[in-house]
This record gives sequence, structure tokens and C-alpha cells, in this order.
Amino acid sequence: MLSSGTPTAPAPPTATMSPRPSRIVRDLAGLTAVAVAGIAGFYLFPNDLGLLTRMVSAAFLVVSLDLLVGYAGVATLGQAAMFGLGAYAAANTNLAGVQEPLVMVLIGGLAGALGGLVSGAIVLRAHGLPRLVLTIAVVQLAHEAANKLSAWTGGSDGLSGLEPGPVLGLFRFDLYGRTGFLFSLVLLVITLAVLVRLTRSPFGLKVRAIGRDPGRVRTMGGAVLPTLLVVYTIAGLVAGMGGALEAIAAGVVGLDAISFERSATALVMLVLGGAGSLFGAVLGTVVFMGFEHIVSASNPFHWLIVVGVMLVAVVLFLPRGLGSAAAELQRLARIAGLGGAR
Amino acid sequence: MDTALGIGIDALAYGMILFTISIGLSVMMGLMRVVNLAHGAFAMVGGYLASYAIRQIGLPYGVAVPLAILATVVIALPLEVLLFRRIYGGAEPLKQVLMTIGITFAVIGVMNAVFGPTIKPIPLPEALRGTVDLGFRTMAIHRLAVIGAGLAVALGLWLLIEKTAFGVRLRAAVDNPGMAAALGIRTERLYLATFALAVALAAFGGIAGAELMPIEPTYALKYMVTFLVVVSIGGAGSIGGALAAAIVVGLVDTAGRYLMPGLGTFFTYLAVILIVHLAPNGLLARTR
Repeated sequence: MLSSGTPTAPAPPTATMSPRPSRIVRDLAGLTAVAVAGIAGFYLFPNDLGLLTRMVSAAFLVVSLDLLVGYAGVATLGQAAMFGLGAYAAANTNLAGVQEPLVMVLIGGLAGALGGLVSGAIVLRAHGLPRLVLTIAVVQLAHEAANKLSAWTGGSDGLSGLEPGPVLGLFRFDLYGRTGFLFSLVLLVITLAVLVRLTRSPFGLKVRAIGRDPGRVRTMGGAVLPTLLVVYTIAGLVAGMGGALEAIAAGVVGLDAISFERSATALVMLVLGGAGSLFGAVLGTVVFMGFEHIVSASNPFHWLIVVGVMLVAVVLFLPRGLGSAAAELQRLARIAGLGGAR
Repeated sequence: MDTALGIGIDALAYGMILFTISIGLSVMMGLMRVVNLAHGAFAMVGGYLASYAIRQIGLPYGVAVPLAILATVVIALPLEVLLFRRIYGGAEPLKQVLMTIGITFAVIGVMNAVFGPTIKPIPLPEALRGTVDLGFRTMAIHRLAVIGAGLAVALGLWLLIEKTAFGVRLRAAVDNPGMAAALGIRTERLYLATFALAVALAAFGGIAGAELMPIEPTYALKYMVTFLVVVSIGGAGSIGGALAAAIVVGLVDTAGRYLMPGLGTFFTYLAVILIVHLAPNGLLARTR
């Protein structure tokens, strides 16, 4: 099946006597784990590279969602709007005659960032349920627009016949999707490295503080709305890059790339991996899609039951996602141990 | 003129269905402060059970519908005790969204496994078929019945909330749950009763609206957004607001489909964004 390149879950403070590894070491370990897992997947599953590439582009969407949900505390069900924007922008760039995949990804990312800025301005004015409804309205509006603007999107048929040229003029896309996968993986690792750096920065701390308690940040004189807008824009950039990568790897873009369902599924992956951790987002994506690949082969609707039960279970038993499973188990073991010691 | 009337009647019927289903969601949001995305799934279950009772078991319509509603409530109540109860209180919207989406997915999967992926019609009895001549035009009896049922639900709920002891407790719990509990109102029971009522109304709406919103596996997700839109425009917990919002959404959607086929939904969502911006707490929300 799939390599389980699990990013190391942070050890609970009291679990062992050894000091916790420093943040930099843990971040580097996470990045290395993603890269090693990707390369292992490349050699272990040469016939499933299409799936693995889809995992990487989906990971971009889930990571971007994590910036909003896990860090900034903005619950959204509309992030696929930015993903789809990126995909369509990249596809149109290619159909207009640009062959360089890096340029396509860049344009896709910019389109996503612009979409993030606009939808952020719409969504962030409301709070609570109205905000959630607005995020849904944004993605549905984008979906309808994509459906109607068939000159740019191909409507319900989608856009096909994309022909990305060799990356940097050197690496051709081959029949087996090797180049597509490695290209996506390299971009993912670079993006993660930048985002890890960003979340550790003072700006990142501010975003996290807003996620915890926006009222307090405002009281202390922090600019909540502008900061959130910046996060929305960055998240849009990341999601747009993912959409562009999916378009490049698949050679087609369909309406499903810009749908509510896509947003909801991304949220499921995020929660599975654990919101608030970028590597958790990647882990959740890989586990979910690998699982889906196996189960839904038999019956897509049985797969839905599995997803539903999984979601409920994660909310009930692992409020911080799979990444926290190890810590959770240790905690339970400790409680059991204490019970025994009595 | 005829077109306008046709649109009006259809919009009103559609709006009433939306109202019947959404009002339970609205009351739940106002009282338990929970974003229940699985609400549409309960409407769907009601529709499936009614269809099964009539087409497979052969029960008459008048018996099958109440039975289906009851069965849906019986299926849903354990979920309240085991799952929903843990996410009340509006503290963690993300948890609520995830759990209720999970429940929705599971319900879709189960319905599909049990009843199959095709559209399930709910045959109407003779009394509701055909048309009635109103003198100036003819109308489908079913549409009239739906509009009547919606108005009856609105009136019944208003009486329940404004004129009964249950309603007094409910309003107290909405305004100040802590104080209501301290005064001896059993909020847990109140929540269970409200949940049962919400599910029953959803199931009824799902059955009555099967002509306009066909019962099939994707129903729960397809219309989830519409119900949420009605609640957020109307304001959580407001009967009048939900009624107004449902009619507005029904009108925009139906008119859009008649006059600009294909662009209707686009304008619906545009209208939603505008309305939520102008009135973020709903058109006629109860101030907390």
C-alpha cells in the first residue's frame, strides 16, 4: 500500500525524562519525513504515481486549509474555490501557449491568492454561523461561475488537452507520471519549509493568538482583520498552487476541483491529521486518500459510511487528530498505570 | 401574468417546504447553538422511509407518512443522546461541523446501501393528485396542500412557543441557559424534545417536498447549503425570519430557474452574500 512516513508526533512533556528536541530539529525532521516518504512512495509504488501525485496536490489544499482552520481559527468550507481558481488559471495559461510548468504553478498560485484576498474580504466581516454560510456561498458561487463561463472553463465538460512542457526546459513529463510526481513533491517540500518558517515567525504567533482568542488580540492593539486577510491570501496562494499542480499532472481540469464537496473532503483530511500542524495536514491527506483508494474500489457509498464513522470517531476520541494518537495512548496508559498503582 | 402567477405558486410551495425543513434547524441553532449539517439527512431519511412504506409495504399514504416521521425520530434520538449532546453550546463550531458532516456521510452511505442509488418517488393518494379550478386558473392540489401544510406548521410552532408552558421554558433556555437550569428547567429534556421536534419537521418536509426535491442519496448534501442559507438569512431561532427567508429563497431560486435557466443558483448565492452582509444576524433575529 502506502508508505507511512509519519511525521514524528511531539512527545508529551511528561512522557519521558529526556528533554524535548528543539523546534528547529522537529521541523527539519518533519520536512525530512515528508521528503523521504515521498521518495519511498516513488520507488515502492511505481504503478500508482497518479494517485501519489493527486495526494501531493491535495496536500496543498489541506495545508492551506490548516493555515485558516488550525492556525487562524477561521472555520471554512469554501477553500476549494481557491484550489479550482488555481487549476483553471494554470490550464488557461497553458492553453494560451505557455508551456513552462513552473510558470503555470506561479500563475495558479497568484490566481488563488487573489481569490483568497477577495473571498477573505467577503467572509471575514461576518462571524459564527453567517461566516460559515458565507464560505459555502463563496465556493458555490465560484462553482456556478465556472459552470457558466464555459469559454474559460469548458463548463461541465471541463478543460482537457493540457500539454505542459519540460520543467525548466530539462525534465520532460513522461507517460508514467514520474516527472509530475517529483515536480509536485519538490514544490510541496519547499512550500512546507516556507510555511513552517512563517508559522514560527512573530507573524505566525500573532495568527495563532488570533485563532485562540481574537478579542484579546484586539484588546492588546493587534490588527485582527488585516492579519486574517493576509493569512487568507497566503492560504489562497498555497491552494492555487495545488490546483495548478493537479491540472499539470492530470492534463484536465473539471468542475469537481471547485466544489463544496472538495472543500468538505479537505476538511475531513485535515481533521484526520490534526488541525494546527502542517505535517499533520500532509499525514491526514495521505492516510485518507490511500484509505479511499483501497475501500472505494469496492463501493463508493460504503466508503462514505467509513468516512462518516471515522469523522465522528476522530471528533470524539482524538480531538487533535491522528498526529496526537501516540500522545493520547500514552496519556491513557499513564492513567491506567496510575489506576494500577493505587 | 400567467407566468408570474405560476412562478409565484411554485415559489411559495418551494418556500414552504424549505421553511418546514429549515425551521427545526433554526430552532436548534437558536436553542442549543449547534450548527447541525445533518439536518437534511433526517429529511432524506423521512422521505426514504415513506417511499418504502408506500411502495414496498403498500401502506396507505395517511398511515405511511406519520409512521415514517415517527420512525425517523426513533432513529435520530439515540444520535442525540450519544453524539449531538456533546457538541451543544456553540463553543467549538468546527467540532460541530465535522461531527454533523460525518453523520451526514454515514446516513447517505447507509440509505444507499439499504435502498439503492435511484430516485425514490413517494406516490400521492388520489385526494392530492390532479388539479383544482380556482376560477381564474387551475392549480395542482399538491402545491396547495404543501402551502397549507407550511402555514399550519408556522402557526402551530408559533402557538407552541408563545402560548404553552413548554414554549415559556424554551424561550427561557434560549435567553439564558444557565439561569433556566438554575430555576429548575430541565434543559437536557428540553433539548431532547426540541431535537425530536426538529427531526420530525425535517422528515415531514422531506416527505411533503419529494415532488420538488426528489429523494435520492445526494439529497442531504445537495440541499444542506439551502437550509443553512434560510436559517442564516432568517436568523437562528426566529419563526417569522425563517418564513420570510424561505419565501425569499424560494422566490429567487424559482424565478431564476424560470427566467434565466442556468443562472438561477448563481443569483441565489449572490443574494445570500448580499443579505448576510446587510444583516449578519438574520432578518428578524431574536436578540440574545
